[in-house]
Amino acid sequence: MRKLLLATTAVALSAGAVSAEDIKIGVILGFTGPIESLTPQMGAAAEMAMAEVNASSALLGGSTVTSVRGDSTCIDAGAATAVAERLITSDGVKGIMGADCSGVTGAILSNVALANGIVMISPSATSPALSTAEDNGLFFRTAPSDARQGVVMTDVLLEEGIDTVAVTYTNNDYGKGLADSFQAAFEAAGGTVTINAAHEDGKADYSAEIGALAAAGGDRLVVAGYVDQGGSGIVRAALDSGAFDTFHFPDGMISAKLVENFGSDIDGSSGQVPGTDSAGAGIFAAMAGDDFDGTSPFAAESYDATALIVLAMQAAGSSDPAAYKDKVMEVANAPGLKIQPGQLGLALQAVAAGIDIDYEGATAVELIGGGESAGNYRQVGYEGGAEITVKYR
Amino acid sequence: MIDLLNALVVLSNYVLIPALAYGSQLALGALGVTLIYGILRFSNFAHGDTMAFGAMVTILVTWLFQGWGISLGPLPTALLAIPFGIAATAALLLTTDQLVYRFYRQQKAAPVILVIVSMGVMFVMNGLVRFIIGPNDQRFSDGERFIISAREFKKITGLSEGLAFKTTQGITIVTAVIVVIALFWFLNRTRTGKSMRAFSDNEDLALLSGINPDRVVMVTWLIVAGLAATGGALYGLDKSFKPFIYLQLLLPIFAAAVVGGLGNPLGAIAGGFVIAFSEVLITYPLKKVLGYLLPDRFEPDTLVQLLSTDYKFAVSFTILIIVLLFRPTGLFKGKSV
Repeated sequence: MRKLLLATTAVALSAGAVSAEDIKIGVILGFTGPIESLTPQMGAAAEMAMAEVNASSALLGGSTVTSVRGDSTCIDAGAATAVAERLITSDGVKGIMGADCSGVTGAILSNVALANGIVMISPSATSPALSTAEDNGLFFRTAPSDARQGVVMTDVLLEEGIDTVAVTYTNNDYGKGLADSFQAAFEAAGGTVTINAAHEDGKADYSAEIGALAAAGGDRLVVAGYVDQGGSGIVRAALDSGAFDTFHFPDGMISAKLVENFGSDIDGSSGQVPGTDSAGAGIFAAMAGDDFDGTSPFAAESYDATALIVLAMQAAGSSDPAAYKDKVMEVANAPGLKIQPGQLGLALQAVAAGIDIDYEGATAVELIGGGESAGNYRQVGYEGGAEITVKYR
Repeated sequence: MIDLLNALVVLSNYVLIPALAYGSQLALGALGVTLIYGILRFSNFAHGDTMAFGAMVTILVTWLFQGWGISLGPLPTALLAIPFGIAATAALLLTTDQLVYRFYRQQKAAPVILVIVSMGVMFVMNGLVRFIIGPNDQRFSDGERFIISAREFKKITGLSEGLAFKTTQGITIVTAVIVVIALFWFLNRTRTGKSMRAFSDNEDLALLSGINPDRVVMVTWLIVAGLAATGGALYGLDKSFKPFIYLQLLLPIFAAAVVGGLGNPLGAIAGGFVIAFSEVLITYPLKKVLGYLLPDRFEPDTLVQLLSTDYKFAVSFTILIIVLLFRPTGLFKGKSV
């Protein structure tokens, strides 16, 4: 019986495009942990892309895609690795939309994805170290590397006339990578970083950290942390002691929660988060409608990551990661027919008909280097207790 | 002169006031640990989570009051809820004593066994708290945030440095003073308090003179419940409430109790402040303070920070080890560990 099953599977695999199958895609995000207020929207966006694909029934001869969620915890590499292992070996996922935070993404990539030859497209891992990680062409991201974010941050601050800052970062791959790339870019542009100090997440009291940051001084405090974790604690302690009045927030801090926590206390602060004003972003937000907040950070990236997996499968004519991993760059980049969110059905048909496509999606996807987004950022400001969009860069 | 004032304000804002509040919280915790050690004769590792439990009940009752629209005006509603936290903690501790500790007391178990038992209790209590309120941050402070905020201070005094004094810090310090005075009055002036001290000094002699041990044990747990719930709630109010944070708090609390001399209430208070001030002072960069005090020529370029803030907990560890090495009975005369 077992041999028979194996034989049937083998036949089904070799038959490839012609036979319809139910393709499982892992959605590994930190549904618990320091960015748990962002992940529900990210998961919903990924699943919206899958629903769209299924509704079109144009994928690989009527195949369907199903989401299998896994909790990366964002910080616990052991837990994330175990979840990825389970999704691949027991659920049999053919690709992973995830993971979210840089540390766990690197851990899953090197321990599980490489060993099993599974394609991973992360919507939000931004550590510069992942650009050079060994990936056998299996790893992509629809979020830009923080090396780029460091440069954008520098531009934002210098344009606002701030040339002396203190930096504090959450003590992990994401925080350290971002803080270091920012410091390098800022100092190269002539700015001064008075102190670049870590803070630990999950503490009750950050007054000692603020004491050190305040002693070093600076016109603005750059908080490269998480809004649901120490980042908010740092801001609270800085405001309480009057050490800093305005802040600069990178992507991990930009959230509705930040405004909810601090209201008008952070007026005059600045920040940036991956985002674009391309037509796709608007379409995506409209598609999300009332189901979830389509402008929530990394939701659009999650939609795009899922779409890329599916489109690459279609282009390769197979759901086998070894076959479709080479097609990801092809469907994402020019030349070809431009694809907006909501046009996944059209895109699948075009690919099936042999037409080259250029997936733009919700974030104007353009993969560069080893397969990471070139990066578009939305610059935000805070006025009257609300977050406003200053401009796009 | 202005420079001197500025230096003083900076030091108060970042060192003196936070350390005073933190020290009061540690002192309340260490008093509980030291009482249990003195009278029940074991180190209670479940103390941190007892504080978490008291704080949790206080938070739940605070939310209830807030829902009913009851408030204390400028003061946090939590102050009204603390008695309920104390009552619930007392019930929990007495139940634990009946179910767990009494058995080992009757066995005349060695203190080290009781320590391990208390670790088991710690895990159960920690689980209980996380089960009821969840593992996340909870905010329950309301009312006026500041007695004086940094911005107002600058405006009033015209100094270039601000001084912030939070309402919760003020309440913490005042409450701690009241609780400590009440405790010492109780221990030194009342019959029950005296019998507790007698029991602590010499158990056999106390029993011979007709002191009821069950009553002493019960009163001890009640006092510990009061100290733990108050300390826990004040810590949560001043900083933030998260179940795991109380587990981390266990180290500085024990350090405070041991440094002061285990079993000696006066030592616990002194120990609390010694630990708090060393933690804050050693990790505080003196650059700004020295910048004001020293002439321009000598102004430091570096932060003048003895130890990075990452190593805050190492400070209490180090003090603990030094005291144990050179003065095993603590600064005040306590029992040796």
